Amino acid sequence: MGRNELIPHLFRTEYSRIVAVLCRALGLENIAVAEDIASETFLSALESWPYKGVPANPTGWLHVVARHKALNYLKRSRTFTNGVAPAIAAGRSVEDPIEIDLSDANITDSQLRMLFALCHPSIPDSAQVALALRILCGFGIDEIASAFLTSRDTVNKRLFRAREKLRTANLTLEFPPREEIPKRLDTVLTTLYLLFSEGYYSETDDAVIREDLCLEAMRLTHLLAGRENTASPDVYALLALMCFQSSRFAARKGTDGRMILYQDQDTSRWNQELIARGAEYLHKASHGEVSRYHLEAAIAYWHTVSENTPEKWEAILRLYDRLLLTADSPVIALNRLYALSKVYGKTIAIAEAEKLNLKDNRYYAALLGELYTDMDNARAMRWFQHALSLTQTQAEIQILSDRIGALKSS
Amino acid sequence: MLIFRHQDGTKVASPEQIQEWMRQTMEWIDGISAKNKFVVGVGLPFEDARVVHHNKMVTNGPFGDIKETIGGYIVVRAESVDEAVEFAKGSPVLQGEGNTVEVRRVARGDGVH
Repeated sequence: MGRNELIPHLFRTEYSRIVAVLCRALGLENIAVAEDIASETFLSALESWPYKGVPANPTGWLHVVARHKALNYLKRSRTFTNGVAPAIAAGRSVEDPIEIDLSDANITDSQLRMLFALCHPSIPDSAQVALALRILCGFGIDEIASAFLTSRDTVNKRLFRAREKLRTANLTLEFPPREEIPKRLDTVLTTLYLLFSEGYYSETDDAVIREDLCLEAMRLTHLLAGRENTASPDVYALLALMCFQSSRFAARKGTDGRMILYQDQDTSRWNQELIARGAEYLHKASHGEVSRYHLEAAIAYWHTVSENTPEKWEAILRLYDRLLLTADSPVIALNRLYALSKVYGKTIAIAEAEKLNLKDNRYYAALLGELYTDMDNARAMRWFQHALSLTQTQAEIQILSDRIGALKSS
Repeated sequence: MLIFRHQDGTKVASPEQIQEWMRQTMEWIDGISAKNKFVVGVGLPFEDARVVHHNKMVTNGPFGDIKETIGGYIVVRAESVDEAVEFAKGSPVLQGEGNTVEVRRVARGDGVH
């Protein structure tokens, strides 16, 4: 590595690590102070590294500066306290040095505590995801806005409300008591699942942000798996699901940023290492109750099998049937229909699809287009055109236009 | 001497954005160094800045009414002002609207410059 090369995402990674540790030392109510100190630390680097070269241990450099800035902040706020309330200042506790421990072990521990605090049931789901992206993944407002296909204003408002909640809920960075962990873990897993899905199915055309979101969700889930009191079968199942899904990242990315659909992918580009790791995690998950993560991980596993055998689609269909019992959503219903068509043929799938009647859902329209193709091409064309009128993302417009083009030339 | 004038970036930049500025700044300076024209450079932190006024009154930054102030400078070895201006044009500081790079000759004390 040359003198002036930076580790990719160094600042983003360190942001979340520094903020978690500082919040633990300063208290969660000082989250804004912790965030400012982290940003100022990177600006200090910007004022030094380009001229003097990147230090041999960049992370260590940042930690020293962040600790120094935090201690300075404490000194300043104490001076203020001393002036305003000398009586309090007389107490010994004010003079106690606060420990700011930036060891790897304390960073991991602080991040896990932060994860539980941000995923508190009193904070709404969408705010949890935005907060997690900001605080635990170090994403900027622009990056979050781009991932959600929304405006900076919306993200700012969402974060503002979430921070208010954090403050008014009087949350601390303590681990929940052991007996409460399973219940609290449910909310944490929902957030991580949403974070991953946000990346995997994101409407943004920015492939880099999509993958980063998924990798961050995996990193945080991995932290949970690495700790004895949080490594539940559900955690392993979710981690397995994430590994299986992300094994197709390279294969679904065409040249010029086009998205390649599952059935058209070059299966030799599926990442076998991730698939193997997913299988290992799924094995570790296989005791206790079967959660939706187990079912989804099993479905994702079957999707990593490249041969289109009857067993594959029958297994997927059975799993979707079970999944529908635990979580009824249009997305699951539509995916089940695709599996149904693979097992029992298009006619039966079309009959079931018409019962769903989700006309204004673009995935529904696209699925019917797919099902009618080669059965009734005129109808297929109408459904694809309807789907096209409902979509705004470049990747989907491309795919639908290709389908319509193929029908026209057939 | 190329003097950068820009805003305090603390409140507006994400970690990824600061890293991108870092990458661009290093590339820019490496480019000047490669021609053996880079002499020295420093950043001037906004944090803990003070302004001393004519009556010896001391205030914290920011610096009066202007939003853009000096954020750092580099010294280059240029044959002419035009050459220094060409270097300045490559500065990533200029990506920010309203930001400027001021080009000044360093007095040599030889009675000519």
